Amino acid sequence: MVPFSMSTTLSSPLALIAELTHRCPLHCVYCSNPLELQSRSNELSTETWSRVFQEAVQLGVLQADFTGGEPLARTDIIDLVRAARAVGLYINLITSGLPLDETKLSALIAAGLDHIQLSFQGAREEISNEISGAKSHAQKLRVLEWTKQHRVALTLNFVIHRRNIDQLEEMVALAETSSATRIEFANVQYYGWAFANRENLLPTREQLDRSMAVIKREQERLEGRIRVEYVVPDYYAKYPKPCMGGWGRKLMLITPSGDALPCHAAQVIPGLSFENVKQRSLRDIWERSATFQKFRGEDWMQEPCKTCDRREQDFGGCRCQALLLAGDAAATDPVCSLAPLRPKVDAILADINNASPGQLIAKPSWLYRPNPA
Amino acid sequence: MTIELTSRPLLAAGCRLGENNQQRILQMPERALRLNGPSLEIVTRCDGKHTVQQIVSELQQIYSKAQPEKVEEDILGYLALLQKERALNFESGAPS
Repeated sequence: MVPFSMSTTLSSPLALIAELTHRCPLHCVYCSNPLELQSRSNELSTETWSRVFQEAVQLGVLQADFTGGEPLARTDIIDLVRAARAVGLYINLITSGLPLDETKLSALIAAGLDHIQLSFQGAREEISNEISGAKSHAQKLRVLEWTKQHRVALTLNFVIHRRNIDQLEEMVALAETSSATRIEFANVQYYGWAFANRENLLPTREQLDRSMAVIKREQERLEGRIRVEYVVPDYYAKYPKPCMGGWGRKLMLITPSGDALPCHAAQVIPGLSFENVKQRSLRDIWERSATFQKFRGEDWMQEPCKTCDRREQDFGGCRCQALLLAGDAAATDPVCSLAPLRPKVDAILADINNASPGQLIAKPSWLYRPNPA
Repeated sequence: MTIELTSRPLLAAGCRLGENNQQRILQMPERALRLNGPSLEIVTRCDGKHTVQQIVSELQQIYSKAQPEKVEEDILGYLALLQKERALNFESGAPS
């Protein structure tokens, strides 16, 4: 008898995050790139990336995230899309949209691009330009118009923080004028440039509570039309996020120069050395490199993680955050309410929530991310 | 959200069938769904030509040893899941 049963659990794809370049026309104050940016002369060649895509598929990777920097800063971007698609990868392009024109958009889609994630810094010109340190908003609106002419998936990505969290409804309205089927609202995660600008980015508790209510309402209103996803700031969470789905479990990131990382920020952890795709195969790195094994599984865990019921759900949280806040990458993520160092996070939040309204809305002196040569 | 038996589901832009190591997959923005026998039979019929009713009838024939009501219920549940994922558009009226 043929069983009639279907799996209805959605598994995240095993994805390859391809940081094609650190070059970018924007200077966002929360950029996820490391403080030390790679220059163009260190970037991998088209041929090396093509080999990496092939090795990724053999490893079981289903999707590639083309990101940067601005991935469209690569002059070979069409060739890279074609190469990734030829070996069977699904291609997400995460872009500011600045280097796009109608011809390039058509060429990318003809080459096999599946999904565009257009990043927005806000719903309005003024805040967008302030956060990105560039005149950028109007061009994004043009990209939305051009995209309507094509059969391609579109997500609008908004990075959320204190200075734009009160504009969520306007952002949704903007998405509704486009062909987007997804909106991703992601609160800033505090690493790298965002860590340096944290005091000016963290929302207040009141802002966060209001945003949760807005999101819930919009998710219900838009169900079946636009998927609305919301990533909360983990400083306010009770339990840590399962960072990257667990260290070395689901994702691999390749830097512009070819280093293989378990996550965006892993280079902040002292004592780790990173294998390069120019020297070793992806499978070899994934299965055997010391760095990918370092925090895989549970052996590295300390208390309270070691005996915690949630250790298979959140994997102890984020290793980079543990390093940044606790000074020990093997500590329990201090945002966890069970972590010995949670009071430190509470003190950071208290500073924000006890500040005067005037202090909170004053335009900060941002540390902007530069554009490498 | 209710699914009309006369509507014709079609995979949305950016959603397509893929394959990795002989496993068929529904690729979607930032997500992927592994397809087994019945789910593969359903997704391959989400072509804008089959109505939901036709998909139900065809699968009731393929899985003739399963309870027909159960087959219909599971198909509607699965299509609702894909719709919530924003992986399907439902077209109404005569096929173009």
